[in-house]
Amino acid sequence: MLAKRIIPCLDVKNGQTVKGVNFENLRVAGDPVEMGEFYSMEGADELVYLDITASHEGRRTFTNLVKRVAERLSIPFTVGGGINTIQDIDNLLNAGADKASINSAAIRNPNLVNEIARNFGSQMCVVAIDAKLQPNGRWLCYVNGGRIPTDKELLPWALEVQERGAGEILFTSMDHDGVQKGYANEALHVLSQHLNIPLIASGGAGQMSHFRDAFTLGGADAALAASVFHFGDIRISDLKQYLRSENVIVR
Amino acid sequence: MLYFCGFHFTKMNVAIVKYNAGNVISVENALRRLGISPAITDDKASLLAADKVIFPGVGEASTTMAYLRQHRLDELIVDLKQPVLGICIGMQLMCRHSEEGHVDCLGIFDTSVKRFQATNANDKIPQMGWNTIYEMQTPLFEGVSPEEYVYYVHSYYAEICEHTIARTDYMLPYSAALHRDNFYAVQFHPEKSSAVGARILNNFLQL
Repeated sequence: MLAKRIIPCLDVKNGQTVKGVNFENLRVAGDPVEMGEFYSMEGADELVYLDITASHEGRRTFTNLVKRVAERLSIPFTVGGGINTIQDIDNLLNAGADKASINSAAIRNPNLVNEIARNFGSQMCVVAIDAKLQPNGRWLCYVNGGRIPTDKELLPWALEVQERGAGEILFTSMDHDGVQKGYANEALHVLSQHLNIPLIASGGAGQMSHFRDAFTLGGADAALAASVFHFGDIRISDLKQYLRSENVIVR
Repeated sequence: MLYFCGFHFTKMNVAIVKYNAGNVISVENALRRLGISPAITDDKASLLAADKVIFPGVGEASTTMAYLRQHRLDELIVDLKQPVLGICIGMQLMCRHSEEGHVDCLGIFDTSVKRFQATNANDKIPQMGWNTIYEMQTPLFEGVSPEEYVYYVHSYYAEICEHTIARTDYMLPYSAALHRDNFYAVQFHPEKSSAVGARILNNFLQL
């Protein structure tokens, strides 16, 4: 049986890992390559490296980091953050990344999803969606690291990018992110029932039961988390053992 | 992490087939971790002279087949006499026919490649992630325990046939690996399958 995946996410700025709480108050948490190796040995199924540096210089640093990660790690990893063009993706894949995640650029230029799928294959193309529940009960998508609202709604946008050739959806609930009270399981459930590509849950992990719920209630194929892993609140080896005892299939 | 001290392979001449199917850097990195410096080449003489040939790739079947034919790599691969390992799309291209672009492939393995068909909301395509392999045969899987997990990313699969040497279940049982004569192929990505994948690559290098 295909196992549910556990994915630590490493936000990288100037070559160091940081984690934002509600996208602000960044804290340094360690060396990205060493952390990746540690998580790989702990049983992480995949890793995500997000470049949160905006500058040109920062992007070069990030590409070099991707090269080092690819040399050392023997599990797959996704890169994201600030990807705007086919050339950006080409550079990162050539550096050894397995998948590239696009977010704001897809909303500004939806054809980019089609182009990525055509040039590199759907399996390379992860579309990340940051969304927030509105008082009227609708989930609206945001761009620029969750700072700017758009007129796109979560489910129609997810279905559109699937149609355009996305290979996977990474959904972050901005309401749940950094709060550590569990994933947005209801929204995940709606997405997983409608999508026929894999779905990664993101935002809200605080306890081991939250991962279980993202899989059993939300129907997610993978669960991503950062702080709980970086600060040692949850060890991935313990989490896997717990999930097994809860009848969730894990590696 | 176990990397099998690959120093005794340093003289081994391993060639990775260079063609238009995605990047091959992951395979190159995995071999380097085993102590091998592979050549990435589409040069006929270099491929013929290699001790081992790896035919990896991520891409679309009909366009990659067209490229192989145009560069006469199709005839070359079929005629290779040394151990050859196809990975992912490489394996699919070594089969008889692929539904992806409805293209005739190299025909090394007498089986066809089909697209997964979802029957409910839980059936996601592509299959992305870690799945188990079972009913493993041949030295390629020496030391690999039954129900060990390997990493997959694919929307198409090779049907079970007489050449099947390992199986995986996703919607249905399919060929996780194939073998005929000097030709081996795996649908999963050993280069991304942690210690298990390193073990399988190491076994291939020892054939």
